[in-house]
Amino acid sequence: MPRPGFVHEVDRSTPPVLFWRGENFSLEKLPTGRSRVIYPPEPLPAIKDIDGAIRHALLNPHDQDPLPALLFPGMKLTIAFDDVSLPLPKMRRPDIRQRVIEAVLDLVAAAGVDDVHIIAALGLHRRMHEYELRHALGDRIYDAFHPRGMLYQHDAEDHDNLSVIGTTDHGEVLEINKRAADSDLVIYVNINSVSMDGGWKSITTGLASYRCLSHHHTGETLQNTKSLMGHREHSALHKSIWRLGKVLRDHGPKLFQIESTLNTDMFPDQFAFINKREWEWTAKDRATYLGVTKGLNLLPVKARRKMFHDIQSPHQMTSVQAGETSAVHEITLAKVYEQQLVPVEGQTDILTLGIPFVCPYNPDSVMNPILVMCMGLGYLFNMYRNKPLVREGGVIIMTHPTYRDFNPVHHPSYIDFFEQVLPDTTDPVVMGQKWEKQYAEDEWYRHLYRTGNAYHGVHPFYAWYWGAHGQQHAGKVIIVGGDAPTVRRLGFTPASTLDDAFEIASDVVGRTPTISHLHVPSLLVADVQ
Amino acid sequence: MSRLVFSRKPARFAAARLAGSLMPGRGASVGPLSLEPDETLPLPSPEWLRLRPRLAGICGSDLATVDGTASAYFDPLVSYPFTPGHEVVADVAGTDRRVVVVPVLSCITRGISPVCHACEHGHIHLCERVAFGHLEPGLQTGFCESTGGGWSHEMLAHPSQLVDVPADLSDEAAVMVEPMACAVHAAQRYTGKETVIIGAGTLGLLTLAAITATRDRERTGPIVVTARYPDQKRLAKEFGADVVCSSDELPRWVRSATGSLVFGDQLTCGAHHVIDCVGSTESLQQSLQVVAPGGEVQVVGMPGNVHLELTSLWHRETAIRGCYAYRRPDFDTAMELVRRFDLGRLVSATYSLKDYTDAIGHAAQAGRRGAVKIAFDMRSN
Repeated sequence: MPRPGFVHEVDRSTPPVLFWRGENFSLEKLPTGRSRVIYPPEPLPAIKDIDGAIRHALLNPHDQDPLPALLFPGMKLTIAFDDVSLPLPKMRRPDIRQRVIEAVLDLVAAAGVDDVHIIAALGLHRRMHEYELRHALGDRIYDAFHPRGMLYQHDAEDHDNLSVIGTTDHGEVLEINKRAADSDLVIYVNINSVSMDGGWKSITTGLASYRCLSHHHTGETLQNTKSLMGHREHSALHKSIWRLGKVLRDHGPKLFQIESTLNTDMFPDQFAFINKREWEWTAKDRATYLGVTKGLNLLPVKARRKMFHDIQSPHQMTSVQAGETSAVHEITLAKVYEQQLVPVEGQTDILTLGIPFVCPYNPDSVMNPILVMCMGLGYLFNMYRNKPLVREGGVIIMTHPTYRDFNPVHHPSYIDFFEQVLPDTTDPVVMGQKWEKQYAEDEWYRHLYRTGNAYHGVHPFYAWYWGAHGQQHAGKVIIVGGDAPTVRRLGFTPASTLDDAFEIASDVVGRTPTISHLHVPSLLVADVQ
Repeated sequence: MSRLVFSRKPARFAAARLAGSLMPGRGASVGPLSLEPDETLPLPSPEWLRLRPRLAGICGSDLATVDGTASAYFDPLVSYPFTPGHEVVADVAGTDRRVVVVPVLSCITRGISPVCHACEHGHIHLCERVAFGHLEPGLQTGFCESTGGGWSHEMLAHPSQLVDVPADLSDEAAVMVEPMACAVHAAQRYTGKETVIIGAGTLGLLTLAAITATRDRERTGPIVVTARYPDQKRLAKEFGADVVCSSDELPRWVRSATGSLVFGDQLTCGAHHVIDCVGSTESLQQSLQVVAPGGEVQVVGMPGNVHLELTSLWHRETAIRGCYAYRRPDFDTAMELVRRFDLGRLVSATYSLKDYTDAIGHAAQAGRRGAVKIAFDMRSN
């Protein structure tokens, strides 16, 4: 029986705590008597018969007819799937998406359906490389569909292949992939790594146009998304998406949503110490930690990056459910929370976060400075339900090298954003009004997004908006170990050590602040009472 | 009373070249530049006047000369030994006139009559009789044995070379008039379309100011300036740049500002007008990278020997156009702009002639040391 997550109050017997620092780690001593470490629950057991569970979900959907009853010869069927942004790290083969889609295709073939398109639901993310498609879907699907043009990636800028489904009562236009819009049935294959994802967000973002996304991917909306991972009613983003979902349900194609959840067994045995609580480290774990950190220090950053991005995670499926989107998603959310929720009492003055090498927007790529902000303030800060772990006006301290380094193939507009937009403003609302349109409509970025492997030109804005609530909530943000000019460009304060950061923070929170450390990995949602 | 003299001494010239390549400005301490007692020069003709320099600036072409990196092209255009210094504010000996010198040596100054076609039309900088006439060869005052130069306590000038300085203008402001006149001349080719200025040293900043003086910001394309040092960036912003960036950021800024696509390292569109105020291989190559098809690269910084890949120039029908000196009326405009932009503050430090190695070292590292213009000050003795 896996142990639940818990809050450890730091005392004199508490060993130093593990912090991510990009492509390395450090052990940090937290002040005793006023610090706490929030540990995630241990991984839930995986489903033993995954293929059986998938088949069961397809044949016994929620609030929906079984999949075979929705299939008929001559129909137009579209299967969409979540892109490379999750899970993180990438899972060992076979990927869940492969297993689910193969099961779906078995039923599709049995029903005599020929007109099947498989679409990577990228939204404005970068197009997946062939090796990533093969990893997610398996060689059999790739080789059967891709050469015939029936496996491809959504293009939010292909205006001839977008279709308006309708408009919400708030004036939000739902515009999605035309093939999906014109289909007799759209099957969406999701992996729900975090509670933010899934539900109506799958299609209304993954298959949407920039025009559609620009309604809710704004600085204002994200500033008013007070609970990205928790209650939808406190998330302006999700409320907008759910309105679009209603339009999709009422005026769009018939949908069949398949959602799955993963356990948090994220790292293979050679990194076993990452998943453990520090006082339970064995001599072998300590030796491994020392070997890994010292060894990483000797490697150039590119080699370190490659080593981490090559990791294939052992995490496995804990649930799979299919059917009507809302009904399915409620079950999914319950399962996500079962894995990730940790009850926490009250807020603290400081939140410390170790920023890892990867976030949803840099698989196999560079964690550039904008993504450091996005990961820290957009994702990790938001890993709460009810209220943030840090009080309003408190201090967020992150550890990351925050080098001024970008992948020009994946993140071309991020480079310009760093050089042009951030020196002008770090205010998400101001930058949205002043700069977003230029980036969104830039023909070069559009070309790179459509034909290369670049994130859409507007994507650095979205990454920045993601941290808007955290940025507004925190009185100060400090990055420990980052390149100082780069950190300042982000609008944050650089510090050399965690102790220095606490000293700098004392201007805001006094000399004896209370401290929460979110222990990542793995994933957890702090249910703050 | 003394003067700095640049002599023809090949061994010292080679030493200067070596030292200057190791550290810009070091040519002053080992090269053919030396401090010597002042010598009374004979007047080339009766109308010539004796000047007592007050301040004399150190410019990029002076530094190239001192460090031995100036092009051999100039060899027949200078006469040794000469006293450098062409950015000069001086008193006219025996009078109460304070003047700025127009250093270009035109037909009139050389006693050539009739004057050449260019001089007849006021284009003295394009004089067709340069290096001829009754003066020893000399591109300008400051490179001519007959005239002396501003890095001294006495020099000579033809009356046509003198521009009176208003009483309310400081010497520091007045010494900026000559480089400002260069900038005024350069800015005359400004089109109002997207413009890039490469380099934010004295010439870059002044060219920017000269453009800003006539520019309607609302109706013209953006001006992007590359600057290396924080003070240069601050001044470029102050003088009207829309964008100030480092040179490695320039292609991305221009691409973004002009809606350009990219093939290889080359922008498909680009800026219509690129003003290169550096004149190096790198800056000129980058100019060609960011200039629009059919556009123009204006070379304001003295280039010397450079190596360029010119295929894009051919393919995109771009032009590289030199920009040398000024016409006489440019000094009137320059005087006004020096006052308007309060450019006397750009004189960051002054040195006596005896401290010439320090002065030249400072000038060679002006940007890095937060300075713009370094000058010699002859007022105290």
